[in-house]
Amino acid sequence: MNMQQAIKMTAAETALVDAYTAQIGDLPGDGSVLSVRDTLVHELRTAGLPTRRVESWHYTDLRTLLRAVPAADPTAFADRVDALVPGSTVLSIRNGQADLKGNPPQGVTVRSYVDSLLDGSAAAGLAVLGFDDAIGRINGGLVRGGLEIAVAAETTLEDPLEIQLVQSLGQAHTRFPVTFGANAKATVIERHLSTKDGESFVSSVSDVTLDEGADVVWIILQQQGAADTHLGQIRFDLGKNAKLHLFVINAGGKLVRQEIHGKTSGEGADFKLRGINLLGGETHTDVTFTLGHNVPHTTSTEIIRNVVFDRAKGVFQGKILVAKDAQKTDAKMACNTLLLSDDADLSAKPELEIFADDVQCGHGATVADIDHTQLFYLMARGVPENKARAMLVNAFVAEIVEELEDHEALVESLEEVISTWLDKHA
Amino acid sequence: MLEIKNLHARIAEDGTEIIRGLNLTVKAGEVAAIMGPNGSGKSTLSYILSGREDYEVTEGDILYNGESILELDASERAAKGIFLAFQYPVEIPGVATMQFLKVAMNEQRKYRGEDELTTPEFMRRVKEAAAELKIAPEMLRRPLNVGFSGGEKKRAEILQMSLLQPKLCVLDETDSGLDIDALKIVADGVNALRSPDRAVVVITHYQRLLDYIVPDTVHVLYKGQVIKSGDKTLAHELEANGYADIIEAAA
Repeated sequence: MNMQQAIKMTAAETALVDAYTAQIGDLPGDGSVLSVRDTLVHELRTAGLPTRRVESWHYTDLRTLLRAVPAADPTAFADRVDALVPGSTVLSIRNGQADLKGNPPQGVTVRSYVDSLLDGSAAAGLAVLGFDDAIGRINGGLVRGGLEIAVAAETTLEDPLEIQLVQSLGQAHTRFPVTFGANAKATVIERHLSTKDGESFVSSVSDVTLDEGADVVWIILQQQGAADTHLGQIRFDLGKNAKLHLFVINAGGKLVRQEIHGKTSGEGADFKLRGINLLGGETHTDVTFTLGHNVPHTTSTEIIRNVVFDRAKGVFQGKILVAKDAQKTDAKMACNTLLLSDDADLSAKPELEIFADDVQCGHGATVADIDHTQLFYLMARGVPENKARAMLVNAFVAEIVEELEDHEALVESLEEVISTWLDKHA
Repeated sequence: MLEIKNLHARIAEDGTEIIRGLNLTVKAGEVAAIMGPNGSGKSTLSYILSGREDYEVTEGDILYNGESILELDASERAAKGIFLAFQYPVEIPGVATMQFLKVAMNEQRKYRGEDELTTPEFMRRVKEAAAELKIAPEMLRRPLNVGFSGGEKKRAEILQMSLLQPKLCVLDETDSGLDIDALKIVADGVNALRSPDRAVVVITHYQRLLDYIVPDTVHVLYKGQVIKSGDKTLAHELEANGYADIIEAAA
């Protein structure tokens, strides 16, 4: 591809490049950071947003789907909301700007990501993951807020840490480098929500590192507004015997892409992905996942449950790569979908690329409607059809939430999010 | 209480006619047994009574307390007091048994314009009914029917029946898969519900269950019609001689 040849920019591409130009001199960063930003925006200007001809964007043609990008609105105001789980430590980011008031719990240090941009320590992390990393590119070019969080070795956090991102209007571009020291144990809730019905455009990248023996539950709960575009990415790197249980729930947004890119770097690492996509209206939601099993004796399981109503479109792409030396890898991926209208649509693309010869890997995908026998059984006991359907849809995803049984308050909160969504859409 | 008049019904999907001019009347307080060989339409009849949408009524009517129920869906029929104890109770992972019981009881009450049960009152009723049927509390903590043995499933059906207090109980092959002890518990549960304002339709292949739930009337179903009716001695006759004689006599 000739990156130099200028393309005719779409309205959205123009808006993104203009947003950058308008903020030159104002975007935080030292010389090294500003130079990375320049490169990223230059790539965006010359290559444009990815189309379906780019393999990893085949089902989400961003160039076509992203029709407009709202201008940044410096006057926008957003309120904090209550923590998802009572008792959590809330780290508040409103319209992309972190609020550093309040003390983090013992063993946790938090600093503004703006400081890392200003002193240049953020520069290396701004690199894209590859030519098709449109989210990394947009975010790296425009990021101007976020938090750098470090959980010290041997720290156990009793209460969840909630990174609360509230968006009202305009744009927000945030980044969260988070490190967990050896044997640290924590639950983090990365929560994206919107408080107004206006249109907003959000990109957010979390970059998570787990040292030896760290044990982390990370929840990404996306509840953006009905007109919003949400581009999320989480990158992770698991050290020896580290355990990451990543839980992604999409319950909002108009155009959503959540990418998950991780690797196992230490033997004994274990990764679990659980995803729930609640899709309705005329929305487009894409969860794209890649995992590199890079060393021997690492395990992973992935279960994605999609519930698709109306004219919504869902995409799940999952790719597990097992390196040549990564013997004894055990990886299993499943994507199950309930299609609840004739116009609902889901594309699932599970892939395995295995270069080692002594591994156990598998994947499966199912698509179904509500089970009619189950529906009849509930109705035969007096449960009206609408309620019976809602119970069955809820049951389909509740199974996944129940896996978090050690975190009772969290399970309750997530079940509440799910049933509220279903009451509204079903 | 129940009047089935010249009922014709077929499988909606492929049009196969299963019920071909069935007539049956069951009075309040009566226990009626429906017997018949495999394929005679017994289970289909139970599904049609309870409103399963896989079947289409093409002719005739079903009156319940004098009103046609053909236009009512399964949940409305249930709320009006029609209960089907399933031959194969359905497993529903992700739905907790207690939650299900509470929703079912309260939805029926709502339909009838009654107040919802308070949680303590609900708990008290479930505990009491479960103890009668020797259902362990652990079973009620599992998802609905998931991991229940055959006998446990049947007992759970009777538990639902005793909590919902229906007026017309249809038991579809409730004896299948039960050992003699479980059969007695289930029969005791059904007998406890016998009352002058309630009717029970017992669908069964074998006479065995009728030793424990003694019927007032027995009806033989064959090729979608009632070909003979009688009292409980008819069941013994069938047990001794099989269906062949009656089928021949009717032909």
